[in-house]
Amino acid sequence: MTAAAAAREAVAAPPPPLTQRRIRPGEILFRLALQLCLLIAFAFLVALVVFAVYKGWDRLDARLWQQMPTGRASRVESAGVQSAITGTLWVIALTALISLPTGIASAIYMEEYADNTRWYNRLLELNIQNLAGVPSIVFGILGLGLIARVIGLGFTVITAAIVLSLLVLPTVIIASREALRAVPQSIRQASYALGATRWQTTARQVLPAAIPGMATGAILALSRALGEAAPLILLGAVTFIRFNPDSLLSTYTTLPIQIYNLIKEPQAEFQELAAAAIVLLLGILLLMNSAAIVIRNKFQKRW
Amino acid sequence: MTTPDPKDAAMTHPAPPLITTAVRLSADDGVAHEPVLTLKDISVFYGDYEAVRGVDMAMAGNQITALIGPSGCGKSTVLRSLNRMNDLIPGARVAGTISYHGQSLYAREVDPIELRRRIGMVFQKPNPFPKSIYDNIAYGPRVTGMKVTNMNDLVEQALRDAALWDEVKDKLKQSALALSGGQQQRLCIARTIAVRPEVILMDEPCSALDPIATGKIEDLMINLAADYTIVIVTHNMQQAARVSHRTAFFTAEVDEAGIRHGRLVEYEDTNKLFTNPNHKQTEDYITGRFG
Repeated sequence: MTAAAAAREAVAAPPPPLTQRRIRPGEILFRLALQLCLLIAFAFLVALVVFAVYKGWDRLDARLWQQMPTGRASRVESAGVQSAITGTLWVIALTALISLPTGIASAIYMEEYADNTRWYNRLLELNIQNLAGVPSIVFGILGLGLIARVIGLGFTVITAAIVLSLLVLPTVIIASREALRAVPQSIRQASYALGATRWQTTARQVLPAAIPGMATGAILALSRALGEAAPLILLGAVTFIRFNPDSLLSTYTTLPIQIYNLIKEPQAEFQELAAAAIVLLLGILLLMNSAAIVIRNKFQKRW
Repeated sequence: MTTPDPKDAAMTHPAPPLITTAVRLSADDGVAHEPVLTLKDISVFYGDYEAVRGVDMAMAGNQITALIGPSGCGKSTVLRSLNRMNDLIPGARVAGTISYHGQSLYAREVDPIELRRRIGMVFQKPNPFPKSIYDNIAYGPRVTGMKVTNMNDLVEQALRDAALWDEVKDKLKQSALALSGGQQQRLCIARTIAVRPEVILMDEPCSALDPIATGKIEDLMINLAADYTIVIVTHNMQQAARVSHRTAFFTAEVDEAGIRHGRLVEYEDTNKLFTNPNHKQTEDYITGRFG
């Protein structure tokens, strides 16, 4: 029998049935493990929110943003965190103003201009990645020593904003670079082939295409800065401040700092107020992260 | 177009002899074509690797020059060196002289930005900007600072020249990404001619397109040759035979040290190259015995 005839013979025999569905324990186990991990992460978040809302329920009212903080237990019923809310807004707005232009410009240099075969550009890149992992308290120490003392800006809004900017800068740079890298090379080539300069190509083609990704990264970086307390403890944002900041050189307090202070107090009333402030902070974070998701979905480009 | 459309013949008869499609365009049309680009002993390096070695050829004005050859033979590399797009690749370097109307392209005083305004490029994959059709065309004139009295007229003319106007005239403000692949490629051609270059380089402009869209682009190229000098890289030999006046056949060869280099084998009138090539390698390639 020839090989071809053997092949025909084999074809003639009916193929085995496809109908027997097999249960594959490995598949099921793996799926369950994945779901379990997700559940653990989610459970902690839910527990945190439920606990904070339950604990702070009585204080979740207008007093929270209409009243100023107090240090005295006798006045706690009429206390709020207004100066912390306004302080947070001041500090975060300034942080955005400082860190976003600097971070995006650095990312543009590294992605669009720098020759990555040069050792100093690679060193720069390595350093920025390392900076992203530096503990925030270290930035606080730097701010205390250099910005508050040597430069002499003191314990003010501007000092806090500069330190938080340094803290989130690596994140902003890394996110912006990712966004720039996601813009296809073909778009740059098309622009150059028409006689556009590097800056024209960057400003008119690459940046507009990268902005959604940059915005997402920027918002996530700022929401990290928003919740940061450690460096600010070093930078003088610890006292009960009974007025809102009105300039770059005002003293200030922020929500995370207030929460930290209130938790330290022994009386239950302070604890309730802290829980209410936590719910408020979580609410702001949720709002910012939702904005990031909305921007990402709305402007996402398909090439 | 007044000449009979070669692609119809090509599509009704699945394997037409290459000769019949090549007779229409001839490099020897009784008009003197001055060389626009002249390559003398061109080698292109990527770092230490010499991708193409020792290319000598000249591209004549108002003619279509096709570069053909198997993958990795360096034809796209040569094409990209003609408007210094290779400059954008770190480590790329050109040795030898490329002159454009007698000026050396790689001379120190040559501004590559200015050069690319004269020598435009259409890429393999259509790459419209993620903007409106109108803005795609207007981008080049805007960034190059062209004195434009009426941008609407310029956009219309470029789209008409690229045989796209009738299909898009009612949706100029819509995104270019909504067009079909063939329309996007014609938009890219329109965008290139909007800055009035002298030379248009095309890097396998039809390889991502279906036969109908390919036919439209080929017709367009033949019409554009009246006003532009065109250099096209193509994998498709029939395409080279249909649209070009002159054809350069490249191949890759392994040298004594065991390293592959691209090399120009033969550069001839398209008619001659496809009917009576001088080299055995060319004949093997065009008859499908190799590559």
